Amino acid sequence: MSSLIFPAVLSGLMMGAVYALVALGLTLIYGVLHIINFAHGSLLMLALYAVYFLWYHLGIDPYLAIPIVLPAFFALGYALQRGLIAPMSSGSEQNVLLITLAISMIIDNLALYFWTSNTRTADIAYAYDTVEILGAFLPLGRVIAFCAAIAVAPLLWCFMAYTKTGSAIRAVAIEKRGAELVGIDVNHTYAICFGIGTACVALAACLLLPTFYITPQVGYTFVLVAFTTVVLGGMGSLPGALIAGLLLGVIESLCGLFLGESLGQIGIFLAFILILLFKPSGLLGRAR
Amino acid sequence: MKSQSIGQLALAAAAVAYLIGVYFASSPVWMGFTINALIIAVVAMSWNITGGFGGLSSFGHAALYGTGAYASAILQVKYGVNAWVGFAAGILAGAAMGAFIGALAFRYGLRGSYFALVTLAFAEVLRICASSFEFTGGGSGLQLKLAPGLANLQFADRTVVYTALLVVVAVVMILTALIKYSRFGAYLIAVRENEDAARALGIDTYRIKVQAMAISGAFGGLAGVLYLQLWLFIDSTVVYGSAISVEALIGPIIGGAGTVWGPLLGTLGLHLLGEGAKHLLPNAPGLNFVLYAVVLICALRFLPQGLVGLAGKFGAFTKKKEAEDA
Repeated sequence: MSSLIFPAVLSGLMMGAVYALVALGLTLIYGVLHIINFAHGSLLMLALYAVYFLWYHLGIDPYLAIPIVLPAFFALGYALQRGLIAPMSSGSEQNVLLITLAISMIIDNLALYFWTSNTRTADIAYAYDTVEILGAFLPLGRVIAFCAAIAVAPLLWCFMAYTKTGSAIRAVAIEKRGAELVGIDVNHTYAICFGIGTACVALAACLLLPTFYITPQVGYTFVLVAFTTVVLGGMGSLPGALIAGLLLGVIESLCGLFLGESLGQIGIFLAFILILLFKPSGLLGRAR
Repeated sequence: MKSQSIGQLALAAAAVAYLIGVYFASSPVWMGFTINALIIAVVAMSWNITGGFGGLSSFGHAALYGTGAYASAILQVKYGVNAWVGFAAGILAGAAMGAFIGALAFRYGLRGSYFALVTLAFAEVLRICASSFEFTGGGSGLQLKLAPGLANLQFADRTVVYTALLVVVAVVMILTALIKYSRFGAYLIAVRENEDAARALGIDTYRIKVQAMAISGAFGGLAGVLYLQLWLFIDSTVVYGSAISVEALIGPIIGGAGTVWGPLLGTLGLHLLGEGAKHLLPNAPGLNFVLYAVVLICALRFLPQGLVGLAGKFGAFTKKKEAEDA
């Protein structure tokens, strides 16, 4: 059994990196807009279908689709926030929450209608080539996903720390009124933020497709883990989301190993309740 | 306290007229459809206690609904307990679950997004647990024995079921009105409007919120038991699924959150709309949810006080324009 633990931890880390990537987008949006985007999982599902259809109809490799899908989803996120969420919410946080829920209902059910509930997979041969890491064999697709997802977190952090847009985002997150007074376009900044969050999901979709299946419900499984990740990492904390995502990936993998595959997710939710009981501000969150 | 307007009375009268009209409908489809809508209306009323009066938007009311249904079903199937005892146990289990979630969430003052997430996660944990353990019937769910009769709370006659449901809905609405105009209701509304101010005035806000969750849980558990007694079968997706959580909050928001009639009006309206759409486009499952979502977005923008608030603008008895801009 102990010989299985190390590979399980490694494969958990691989999956955890993708959870972290999805959660990074979510926590970024939370950190600035102070709302949880309930449409996050549906946008992930939409991105997965976009990448799938690019591959299926045009033969574009999922990794090469990144320069197409990423800007497209950034624009979609930007437009959703600027064109729908902001004008329809009348400025109330609870309304924003409900509108993102409504958006997810629309996307999910339309996907079910147009693409039916059939499970699809992309047969990308090289994705299942195995790579040997310290004696454990892992699918190439998962290893690429891990490396890319891990690379995004510091990139995003640098963007927030060193660019002008990043400073504007941080300013709006801390003090909206003050940011407005010094000439920052708050609505634009919100939309940029939503766009980046959605782009994270698009990247996750490109990395996931080679080794994952797609159904209209697939977003749901990811988004619940992403919610847990965001809470565990501390809402709004980028490094927190990265650490928590990796941790939850390992927890899921180990629970799957010891309790059986179908119970893997129970470990994640148990972790969630435990955090809630003992440290609701999360690992790296500010005290509430 | 805002006085009633002619518009609101007309709206309530229309709902009552519809509910009575169902007895005389030519097709039994109407009654079957309204029975389902009424059960959802009870969950909506449950959400309305916390979400409407207390401003605590739960995104996981299925946790309460499912707990009520499972508590009763487990007692009846595994321990052979009488259905009436199961009925009471379901309500109590719902209340206990509500108080438990509330106590956990409010201990740290979780609000807004955080509270929404926590409730959603609870419903999901319960769903996965219910589908994983033998005790709850696992993936195949729990089935009650078919034994029609008053003693078993099962009725073969649809009209009897419908009448019983109408009575239950009326009782829940009367209880809601009593809560709204009680001291407790005033405290709860104070928590919604400004929690810090409420606390400063000496209201034990933590206690009020947990009590509200318990009451909400009792109503939610009640709705779950009603579903169980009607269909005699539950599984984890049906009673703990996110569809219930969504329906629980959409009805009151569209009808008018924090009003006595709002949840009923919103739920009935939405279900009529969804049913109408089903007839126009019969091969589009899930289309009703797309419609609900569109209506929800429009309602948030254009009807901040829901249908009840809209109706209130027509034929007000008193010409005071207060509280509208507040």
